[in-house]
Amino acid sequence: MVNSLVVLAAETEHNPIKPIWQEIVVGGIAFVILCYVLMKFVFPQMEKTFAARVDAIEGGIKRAEAAQAEANQLLEQYRAQLAEARTEAARIRDEARADAEGIRQDVLAKAREESDRIIAAGREQLAAQRESIVRDLRSEVGTLAVDLAGRIVGESLADEARSRGTVERFIAELDSAGSTNGRR
Amino acid sequence: MAVQSMVLADVPFPPSVEDFYLPSILPWGEHDNYWFTKITALVWLTTALIIIFFLVSYRKPQLVPTKKQWIAESVYGFVRNNVAVEMIGPAGVRFAPYLTTLFTFILLNNFWGIVPFVQISPNSHIAFPAMLAAVSYVMFIWVGIRHHGFVKYMKVSLIPPAPWFILPLLIPIEFFSTFLVRPFSLAVRLFANMFAGHMLLLVFTLGGFAMLNANAWFLPFSLVSWAMTIALTFLEFLVICLQAYVFTVLTASYVQGALADEH
Repeated sequence: MVNSLVVLAAETEHNPIKPIWQEIVVGGIAFVILCYVLMKFVFPQMEKTFAARVDAIEGGIKRAEAAQAEANQLLEQYRAQLAEARTEAARIRDEARADAEGIRQDVLAKAREESDRIIAAGREQLAAQRESIVRDLRSEVGTLAVDLAGRIVGESLADEARSRGTVERFIAELDSAGSTNGRR
Repeated sequence: MAVQSMVLADVPFPPSVEDFYLPSILPWGEHDNYWFTKITALVWLTTALIIIFFLVSYRKPQLVPTKKQWIAESVYGFVRNNVAVEMIGPAGVRFAPYLTTLFTFILLNNFWGIVPFVQISPNSHIAFPAMLAAVSYVMFIWVGIRHHGFVKYMKVSLIPPAPWFILPLLIPIEFFSTFLVRPFSLAVRLFANMFAGHMLLLVFTLGGFAMLNANAWFLPFSLVSWAMTIALTFLEFLVICLQAYVFTVLTASYVQGALADEH
C-alpha cells in the first residue's frame, strides 16, 4: 500500500492540494463577474420586490383598518345622532304634554272662573230681582191690605197718614217675622 | 459503444490524481496549459448559466411572481432567511446577496460532478475552493475591523472571557483557530469532498471495467460495481448540496463572529 502510494506520488506531476494559479485567476474573474451582476442587478431588485410586496400587503391591511375605523366612527356618530334625536323627540313630547296640560288647566280655570262669574252675576241679578219684587210686593201688599182692610171695615180711612203708619208698622212686623223665619 | 470499447481496451486502474488534470482544450491536448481546460470551461459555463437564469427569471419582477420568478426568489429567499438572517440576525440581510452568489456558484460547480458526460466538479481542483475561502476570510476580517476597529476586533476575537492565567494558552489557540485554520478548513473541506466524490465514482466505474477485463466471469461483480456508481451518484448529490450549504453557513457564521460584541 505504502509502496504503491510512493509509486503514485513519484509518478504524479500534479499535487492536488497545490492550487494552479491560472485556475485561481480564472475562478476569481468568473466569480467577480458573477458577484457583480447578481449583487448589482438581481438581488437588490429582489429586495425591492420583497419590500413592495410587504408594503402592498401591509398597505392593504392598513387601508382596510382605516376604512374600518372610519366606518366605526360614522356608525358611532350616527348612533350618537340617533340618541340625540330620540332624547330631543322625548323632550319635545314631554314639553307638548306639559303644554297641553297647562292649556287644559288654563282653560279649566278660565271656564271655572267664567262659570263662577256667571253664577255670581245670576245670583246678583236674582237678588236684585228679588229685592225689587219684594219691594213691589211690599207696596202692593200694603195697598192690597189697605184695600182689603178698607173693604172689610167698610169704611174709607180718611187719615191717610194714620193708615200709612199702620201699614208700615204691619209690614215691619211682617218683615221682622219673615226675616227671623227665613234665617232659620 | 465506441467509448466503452475504447475504455475496455485500455482501462487505467487504479485511478490516480492525474485523472483530475485533463489536457488543455485550447491549445488542444497540451498538458501544462491551464487557461482553457474542461475545468475552466465549466467554471465559465456555471457563471454564465447562473447569470442567465437570474437575469431571465428576474427581468420583469412582479408583485405576484411568475413560476420562474418564484424559483429565483426562493433561492435568494432560502439563503437570505435560512442562512444570513438565521446566523447573523437582522444585520445579515446586507450579506444575503453575497452569500447567495457564493451558494449558487458552489452548488452549480459542485453539480457538474454528477452531470452525465461531464462528471467532474471544478471544485475538485483546490484552486476554486481556495479562492472562495480567501474571499470569505478577507471578508469576515474586514467586516470585523470595520465594525469594531482593529484593536477592539483583535481584543474581541482573541481574548475569551477566562481567568488571566489561562490566557497565555488561550490566545494562541484562538489566533490559530480563527485566523489560520479557518480559510484552510473551508477550502479543504469543499475540495476534499468533491475530490473524493469524483475519485469514488472513478473507482467504481473503472473498477467494473477492470474486473471485466481481468476475467469475463467477473461480469456480476462489474454490474454490482456499476450499480454502486449509480448509488454513489445519489450520495454525491447529497454531498454536493450539503457542501455548498456548509460553505455558505460557515462563511455566514464567521461574519457573525466578527460582528459579535462578545467572544
